[in-house]
Amino acid sequence: MLQNIWLIPLLPFVSSVLLILTAGRLPRRLIAIMGAGSVGLSALIVLAVGMQFMELQTPYSLTLWVWMQVGNFAPGFSFYIDQLTVVMLSVITGVGFLIHLYSTEFMQDDSDYSRYFAYMNMFVAAMLILVMADNLLLLYLGWEGVGVCSYLLVGFWYKDPVNGAASRKAFVVTRVGDTAMALGLFLLFTELGTLQIQPMLEAANSRWVTGDTIPAIAALLLLGGAVGKSAQLPLHTWLPDAMAGPTPVSALIHAATMVTAGVYLIARTHGLFLLAPDVLMLVALVGLFTLLLAAFTALNQTDIKRILAYSTISQIGYMFLALGVGAWSAGIFHLMTHAFFKALLFLGAGAVVHCLHHEQNIFKMGGLRSKLPIVFWSFLIGSAALAALPFTSGFFSKDQILLSAFELHGTTGISLWIGPWLWAGGLVGAILTAIYSFRLVFIVFYGEAKTEPDRQPGWRMAAPLSLLCILSLIGGYFVLPLASVFPTVAQHQVSHLVEGISISIPLIGVLIAWLVYYKHSLPVEGFTESSLGKALRNFWYSGWAMDKLYDTIIVKPYTGTANAMRGEWLDRIYHGIVSLCQGSHALLSRTQGGKMRWYATSMVFGLIILVTLLGWVS
Amino acid sequence: MEGLIIPLNHVLIVAALLFATGLAGLMFRRNVIFILMSLEVMLNSAGLAFVAAGAAWAQADGQVIFMLILAVAAAEVSVGLGLVLQVQKRFKTLDMDHAQKLNG
Amino acid sequence: MELILFYIAAAVALFATVFALTRSNAAHALIYLIVSLLAVAVIFFLLGAPFAAALEILVYAGAIMVLFVFVIMMLNLGEEGQERERQRMHPAVWVVPALLSTILLVEMVVLLTKFDGPQTGALITAKQVGMSLYGPYVLAVEIASMLLLAGLVGAYHVGRRFRSNDSDEQSIAKPTPESREVNN
Repeated sequence: MLQNIWLIPLLPFVSSVLLILTAGRLPRRLIAIMGAGSVGLSALIVLAVGMQFMELQTPYSLTLWVWMQVGNFAPGFSFYIDQLTVVMLSVITGVGFLIHLYSTEFMQDDSDYSRYFAYMNMFVAAMLILVMADNLLLLYLGWEGVGVCSYLLVGFWYKDPVNGAASRKAFVVTRVGDTAMALGLFLLFTELGTLQIQPMLEAANSRWVTGDTIPAIAALLLLGGAVGKSAQLPLHTWLPDAMAGPTPVSALIHAATMVTAGVYLIARTHGLFLLAPDVLMLVALVGLFTLLLAAFTALNQTDIKRILAYSTISQIGYMFLALGVGAWSAGIFHLMTHAFFKALLFLGAGAVVHCLHHEQNIFKMGGLRSKLPIVFWSFLIGSAALAALPFTSGFFSKDQILLSAFELHGTTGISLWIGPWLWAGGLVGAILTAIYSFRLVFIVFYGEAKTEPDRQPGWRMAAPLSLLCILSLIGGYFVLPLASVFPTVAQHQVSHLVEGISISIPLIGVLIAWLVYYKHSLPVEGFTESSLGKALRNFWYSGWAMDKLYDTIIVKPYTGTANAMRGEWLDRIYHGIVSLCQGSHALLSRTQGGKMRWYATSMVFGLIILVTLLGWVS
Repeated sequence: MEGLIIPLNHVLIVAALLFATGLAGLMFRRNVIFILMSLEVMLNSAGLAFVAAGAAWAQADGQVIFMLILAVAAAEVSVGLGLVLQVQKRFKTLDMDHAQKLNG
Repeated sequence: MELILFYIAAAVALFATVFALTRSNAAHALIYLIVSLLAVAVIFFLLGAPFAAALEILVYAGAIMVLFVFVIMMLNLGEEGQERERQRMHPAVWVVPALLSTILLVEMVVLLTKFDGPQTGALITAKQVGMSLYGPYVLAVEIASMLLLAGLVGAYHVGRRFRSNDSDEQSIAKPTPESREVNN
């Protein structure tokens, strides 16, 4: 089975190419079978590969062909499978298949059914290449491939200029990170002479010692790429706008898979990051600040999808925090559970939006508990997992992260004492997470109904929701076989007090949400309606005014400079040539007035000139 | 019977006069029938020049070319008059200043 | 004596042509044009080219002019058309063309008088022309016949009736190039 792993990305790719080439001429049923079926088949292959791999336990690599050969630079089109890859493959194909199945119903009424599945399959293929690549160049191919597909899918309803702007923003902002990453690849290649991940990490280990400058720079550049793709501070602004795409796209790309590519990249090259403890610390701090910022913002949003988008940013912040404190497996664990429950939440939100005439404002919803029971239960379970209530999947992964942060015992600099502070920050984030996720539940599903649903989700939407519900509940009991991939972290026994606090914090958060948004018994209006409260709300609502900040310090000066350069004197020469040509054209075209007599007369002019010349010569 | 002894120049000047007249007519008439007549005059003057030259050098070539010109004139006038009928039908006028579809 | 005949014929040809091209009535113009062509035929005869003279009368003054007559008949221009033609004979219309052709004429005359050329006088009979025509010029004859065939097809195509929109109009006689038998 292992030698057939090339089929995994090939199937969605072939399906995508066929869908593009037939350009929507196929019947819808066939499009749905091709789109969802190809991913489903890949998922089955991944299952078989995973089974076999559990017995084998040694990394397996497969070279299909040499991609290009320039001197001693010969990156292969080759795949590398280890436990980390298998986990990622399972998440991508498994969750991906469920979302595709869901999409077959969600997109039923869309006229661009075929285009949608073509993009989605292309995305899955690129994402699979990303995680299966055995060298950084191939990984970069997948990396850019998912970027393009994300761009195409965010701007899927391209007839609305707002969506086009959102997709452009997503593309350009991630491009900043991608440029940093490309520079990192250049640096690594010039220093180490290879981009094969495993040999490269070994070479790095033997060549540099911990704390050297060059691995720090390389790690920093790779972190830039990861930050862009995973929507972390300071490049997170694109993700909330990327919600312009269809909701299943948000579930697959902007929650479950693509945005976690940055986490995967750091985990995959963790050997390099271990050589640069300062950068690793920076990863943790980026994660912490992002999760706090996004959690505060999520608390104030009114659009159901934007709440989830900020919550995604926040949860990826947790993953970064985990990576930063060296809890690699905890980070990947949270990646997996997050893929389950965030996909569930997005699909649930999609179902709500789908059934409520595309209404996205949560304050125009309400009382949906009895009207959309399946959606209610999936949302409840998803929110519970997101808030990390005990015994849901999110609880186990987040608990691991927080405990690892608490236990951080670095050897140098701030890492000596910062552990408990990271833990405390994570707890603040956790309580906020609980509040905003249950705020969503109470506002949307309780209270009085404001909009009537006009349909019920069919089985193709209900089945993925139910499966994801189960996964969100039991996902925490999966034991990821990542021990051989990452360096083991010594497990310390923490006091029961810390454990107790970790468990009780989400419950307190839910309680607050219940009091404020269900019972309305906490007098928060007194604060939120005061001028300070209003200012804070607006500040948080705008995402800490980051968009405005970037607009002021980057976009405006840039466009200003571009406008100033427009009147450059060199251009005048070319404009002069252009107007000369235009003038001559206008002059000459006037002679072509269609008047036969004028033509004859001008011919006679020519004749006279010719005869005159003839007479002169002779 | 021998041909008339006259300087070739004189005959050619007559041909040039006819040609110039035809040319002027071509330029100032707007009626397409008169334009065709002017063309005939010009072709005829060219034929005259050829015949005169043939007579001057005692060669039959001049008349042969005259005959080819005749064939050209016949073909031209048959197509041209067909076009005149179409112009009249399409534009309801024979005025070439009003038939400006050639406008570039 | 015969020299005077040449000058008279030349003058007739010239004046007839000028009149032909300045008339407002197309039928009158046509008569003048026939006179001009006949005068040119006389010149041909005087130059010792009787065959060319005969063809001038037969084909030019005969066949081609008959085509013109037919077309003028069919168009039925009428008095109104004549009045319009007369108005168009405005000096502003003909001054520039006249000036241009005068310049060209002067140039040609200057060029022609510069050379003291040969004199005409050779008699070239129909037999000589025929020998030449079907000897060295046989290819030209073929080309001419092809040209005439193209003229025939073109005239048929251009002269055919338009599609349905004006089917009530009289069918248009296609001008048949009788001149085809000239060379064959």
